[in-house]
Amino acid sequence: MANVVELRDVDKIYRGVVDTQVLFGINLSFDEGSFSAIVGESGSGKSTLLNIIGTLDKASKGEVSIAGNTTNYLSKDQLAELRNRTIGFVFQFHYLLPEFTAMENVLMPHLIGGKDPARSIAERADDLFDILGIARVKNNPANKMSGGEQQRTAIARALINNPKVVLADEPTGNLDSGNTATIYRIFREINEKYGTTFLIVTHDRRIAEETDRIIEIKDGRIVVDIKK
Amino acid sequence: MLSLKIAVRFLRSGKTQTTLIVLGMAIAVSIQVFVGLLLDSLQKSLVNETIGSSPQVTITSATDIGTIRDWGAMVETIEGLGYARALSVEASATAFVRDGNADLPVLLRGFNFENADAIYSISGRIYEGRRQESRREVLVGRELREELETDVGDRLAVFTPDGSVTIFTISGFYDLGVASINKTWIITDLRTAQQIFGFDRRITSIEMTVDDVFQADVIAHRIEQVLHDEDITVENWKEQNEDLLGALDGQQTSSTVIQVVIILSVVIAIASVLAISVLQKSRQIGILKAMGIKDRSASLIFIYQGLLIGLVGSVAGITLGLGLLYAFSTFTADPDGTALINLYVEFDFILRSWLVAVLASMLAGLIPARKSLRLNPIDVIREG
Repeated sequence: MANVVELRDVDKIYRGVVDTQVLFGINLSFDEGSFSAIVGESGSGKSTLLNIIGTLDKASKGEVSIAGNTTNYLSKDQLAELRNRTIGFVFQFHYLLPEFTAMENVLMPHLIGGKDPARSIAERADDLFDILGIARVKNNPANKMSGGEQQRTAIARALINNPKVVLADEPTGNLDSGNTATIYRIFREINEKYGTTFLIVTHDRRIAEETDRIIEIKDGRIVVDIKK
Repeated sequence: MLSLKIAVRFLRSGKTQTTLIVLGMAIAVSIQVFVGLLLDSLQKSLVNETIGSSPQVTITSATDIGTIRDWGAMVETIEGLGYARALSVEASATAFVRDGNADLPVLLRGFNFENADAIYSISGRIYEGRRQESRREVLVGRELREELETDVGDRLAVFTPDGSVTIFTISGFYDLGVASINKTWIITDLRTAQQIFGFDRRITSIEMTVDDVFQADVIAHRIEQVLHDEDITVENWKEQNEDLLGALDGQQTSSTVIQVVIILSVVIAIASVLAISVLQKSRQIGILKAMGIKDRSASLIFIYQGLLIGLVGSVAGITLGLGLLYAFSTFTADPDGTALINLYVEFDFILRSWLVAVLASMLAGLIPARKSLRLNPIDVIREG
C-alpha cells in the first residue's frame, strides 16, 4: 500500500536563548488507510511530531512528504491548500467558530477550498452528522452544544473534505469515558468506510491498544513501533 | 466571499463593541460633515455678500480721457472667451445734486438695465417705485433719498461738472445693501449718460461676473492677454479684497485641519478596536489557517470589517451631520425666520467625505490585517 505520510531524518529544534531539540532523526511512514496511535509522556515530542506532519510546524531538518507532496519546498499558500485538501485536524479542544452554527462550521473547510456548498456536500455533511449522532443539533450555534457534541462537530468538520489523513491530538482528552468510547468507534467506522488514514496522539495506553499500530516516543526518539 | 461572511459574523458576534465603534465613527463623520459644510457655507455667504452682487472683473480705460472707444469689438472678444456669466458696459461720471444750499457729489451711472441687473440684481432691490423706463427717469439709493427727502415721481436736477443741468423724474428707490453706494449712485440708461457727459458712443468701463469667483484673477489675466491693449486696465475683485481673501484662506485651512484631525482620530479608534479584535479572534483565525485559509483571505476579514464599519458609520454620520446642520440653521434663525447663515449643501463635499471615511476605515483595517498575517495556527493550538 502507498505511503500517505513519510518522514525522513526529521529533527526539530526550538531556537531560543537556549536551543531545545525535541525530535531526533525521526523516520516514519504511514500506509494509506492505516489506523495508528502515537503515544508518549507529555513533553516527549508526540504533539510536535503530529504538528509537523500536519504542516502546522516545520521540521528543522529532514524531509516530510504528505500524499506525495514534499512539504519542504511548498509556499505558505501551497501548504494551506495541501492542508485543506488532504488533512483533517481534531484537537483536544474543538476550536469551533462560535459565530457560526454546527453545520456552517462543518462546511467551513469546504468553503475555504473556494467551493460553493453544492448539494452533494450538503448530503455528505448530513451523513456525517448522522454517523456522529449529532443531526439533532446541526443548526445550533457552535457554543450552544454540549462538550461531546462540540467535539463530534469538530470531527465532522475534519472529515468534510474527505481528507486522506486525519490527525487527532488527544481528541477525547476533554471527554468522559462514554463519549470517548463512542468517538473511537466512529473513527474506526470512518476508517473502514472511507479508507481514511488516522494518526491519533494520546497518552492513554488503553486507547492505543485499540489501534493497528502503536508508536511510542520518548525524549524525541521512537522507542517502540509495533504493528499488529 | 467567505472572508466577507466571516467579517460580518465577527462584527455581529461582538454587538456592543461593533455598535460602539460604528457610533464613534458616525459621530466623528457627522462632526466632520457639520463643520465642513458650516464653514463652507459661511465662506460662501461671505463671498456672496461681499462680491456676489458686484462685478468681479472690471475693464477701465487707462488713458487720460478715461473712456473706451472700441468697446463693441472688446465685448465680442470677451464674450467669445466664454468666461462671462454676466457682462455690462457702462458710462459713468461724477455729477452733483443740490440739497438746499449744498451740492452733493453723486455718480451718475448709465447702463443697459437688463445687463447691469444680471450683475447687481437691482430689480430685486428696488424697495419702492419701479425701474426707470424712459430716458428722463432715474433710480436713487436709500441713503441719498433720505438726505434729499424725496419721493417717487419727484423731480431731480443733476449738474455735470461743466455746468449743464438735466432734470430727471425719480422712478424708484433701491437699496444695494452698501451705504456708500446707496448714497452716491444715480442709475440711468447708457445713452442718457453718454449724452449728458458728451461721451458720444464711448463708455467708461466693461464689468462682468464669472462662474468661479476664485478664478477671477486668472480670467482677468487671460482677458488682458487676449485684448492686448495698452489703453485699458483689467482689474479683478481679488486685488481689491486681499484682506478678505486672507481671512477666507485662514478659515479654509482651519476647517481642513479640523476635518483631518477628526478623521485621523476615528481611524486610530477603529484600528485599535480591530487590533484588539484580532487578539479576541486569534483562536478562530488560527483554526481557519489550520484548515487551510490563506493569509490573504484571513487578512481580508479585517479589511472587510473596517469597510463595513466605514460604510455603516459614514452613512449614519452623514445623515446625523445633515441633521445637525438643519437643527443649527433652525435654532439660530432670526425670529422672522431668516437664517443666520445661508446653508449651501455641497453634494460633492458629502460624496468626498463619504469616500474619505470609507477609505480611512478600510485603511484602519490594514493594521489588524497585517497583525493577522503574523498569526501562526501552531501558537494558537499550543496555547489551547
